[in-house]
Amino acid sequence: MSATMTSTRSQKSDPGTLALGLSRIGYETRLYFRSPDTLFFTFLFPFIMLGIFTTAFSTSGNIGTNPDGTGGVSVGAYYLPGMLAAGMLLSGVQNLAVDIAGEKSDGTLKRLGGTPLSPLSYFLGKIGQVFVTAILQAGLLLLVARFVLDIALPAEPEKWATFAWVFVFGVITSAFLGIALSAVPRSGKSATAVVTPVVLVLQFISGVYLQFTALPDWMQNVASIFPLKWMAQGMRSVFLPDSFAAAEQSGSWDLAWVAAALCIWLVVGLILSRVTFRWIRRDA
Amino acid sequence: MTSTPPVVQVRDLQKSYGNVEAVRGVSFSIAAGETFALLGPNGAGKSTTIEILEGYRDRTGGEVSVLGVDPQRGGRDWKARLGIVLQTSGENGNVTVTEQLRHFAGFYPNPRDVDEVIDATGLREKATSRISKLSGGQRRRVDVALGVIGRPELLFLDEPTTGFDPEARHQFWDLIRGLKAEGTTILLTTHYLDEAAQLAGRAGIIVGGQLISSGLINEIGGADARVPVVRWRDVNGLVREERTNQPARVVAELAQSANGAEPEDLEVIRPSLEDVYLSLVHSYEVAGQVPADSREAAEGRPGVTVVRDEGAASADLGQPDTSRLSETDVRA
Repeated sequence: MSATMTSTRSQKSDPGTLALGLSRIGYETRLYFRSPDTLFFTFLFPFIMLGIFTTAFSTSGNIGTNPDGTGGVSVGAYYLPGMLAAGMLLSGVQNLAVDIAGEKSDGTLKRLGGTPLSPLSYFLGKIGQVFVTAILQAGLLLLVARFVLDIALPAEPEKWATFAWVFVFGVITSAFLGIALSAVPRSGKSATAVVTPVVLVLQFISGVYLQFTALPDWMQNVASIFPLKWMAQGMRSVFLPDSFAAAEQSGSWDLAWVAAALCIWLVVGLILSRVTFRWIRRDA
Repeated sequence: MTSTPPVVQVRDLQKSYGNVEAVRGVSFSIAAGETFALLGPNGAGKSTTIEILEGYRDRTGGEVSVLGVDPQRGGRDWKARLGIVLQTSGENGNVTVTEQLRHFAGFYPNPRDVDEVIDATGLREKATSRISKLSGGQRRRVDVALGVIGRPELLFLDEPTTGFDPEARHQFWDLIRGLKAEGTTILLTTHYLDEAAQLAGRAGIIVGGQLISSGLINEIGGADARVPVVRWRDVNGLVREERTNQPARVVAELAQSANGAEPEDLEVIRPSLEDVYLSLVHSYEVAGQVPADSREAAEGRPGVTVVRDEGAASADLGQPDTSRLSETDVRA
């Protein structure tokens, strides 16, 4: 039997890296939805925050209304872009940083490292899972916004084109930064404690929970170093009326800067992931 | 056996972490189809050695070949021919046994049938349970199932049955015998000497990063280490022992000197693998260190009893047993 085993083995070709990557996406996505922590703190978190904000400020009337009473948006509509941006950040950075740090310390990576699975397939699985879950999350957020909170969504195709590229760039960037950040926690147990504050502080200073233009200049400048501010700004350009552009730092949506900032962070994230990630710790 | 090259060939393997030398010149080889047990106390260098062979760690010195490949350069083709059962597994396990096996089977070019492996590892009843819901012993079976799903030519089993109940251990042994019958080469580490005796053809004992003995499982330690012991209680109530190759004569003399009275608690004890192991490890610890010249002798050759330093390591093996019996009131 062993003789036939070896002879058939040499004739068969390796399972493809891409095919295995797709199989990993399905596997990773299944695991994502089976983890209550991830489901609550990553997937549902933006929904919960949006619910809290719309309820808490429900009596405060519209935001950004012109002196003549036109042009304002409801609290829900005002917070929607920020929640979409937060969802992208959580799906990538928080999700992967905690997930991979856990896999490092619980032996998952070591086991995978002993199999013929290509690291590329592994990363396809992770990034694919981030995309699948982020798309579901954004889609559900938009449905809730439209049908539960009765928020009018843009009708212009250009707006949705902007949405698409900000979303795709933002999610990929977040995914790479999550992989990079997973190298920081010393153990799987400390991962949440290390990652959550970083993500939370970013959300507060980047205009997700607090009106960005109401923040002090220095805080706006600090936030501008990080990608979340640009994701939120890109999303505001899609979902808020153009009259709101005047309230931005430079008085316009600055989409070129959004693209530039996301590109730079994408490259930084890619390099950091490549440098810090150890498939197998050869010398632990 | 001599025509095919060894599946595992280790020559003068060395590994240090900073100033600590974890492995100091270990040599052995494993032939195709053979089961080799690596024994030794915790921290002796067993796991370091096995992880170097698995490609998880880089060595500091020496030569290693696993399936004809240097593990430090082993690619995915090479990994597809290995099965690795690591010492610990703590994955969160939000996946069922069948899902996990099916997923891992997809990594390999010619995997075993998932259902077949589930049956062979006794996981049928748990096939649709999440791994997180399984007991420690059941999780260990999943580890073994994942180790063999790729139809490995060489299987590493690092303390595979820790935490098993006796019945589960016997079932596991049957599973491993099945793999051996198919021609799988196995490298086993275990703390259970009866397990090594059951499964392995040859064994090596590592202490302090050195292979202090290796050979056929029923010859390891050499003839001296297997000298029977006659033990009895004398008229003063003291336990006495005598190591002898002629136990029958000692017993007869005892009977004679007692004028036909039956000596109390009379036993003739043949050292088990465990006794041999413990006395080897003990003599190493007493003597401190194996001299450098014994390292060359430590090269394992199938079918040949080798590798025992005649000096420090085993000097007192021929003497009245002072190792594990020293706790009792011995007046030999």
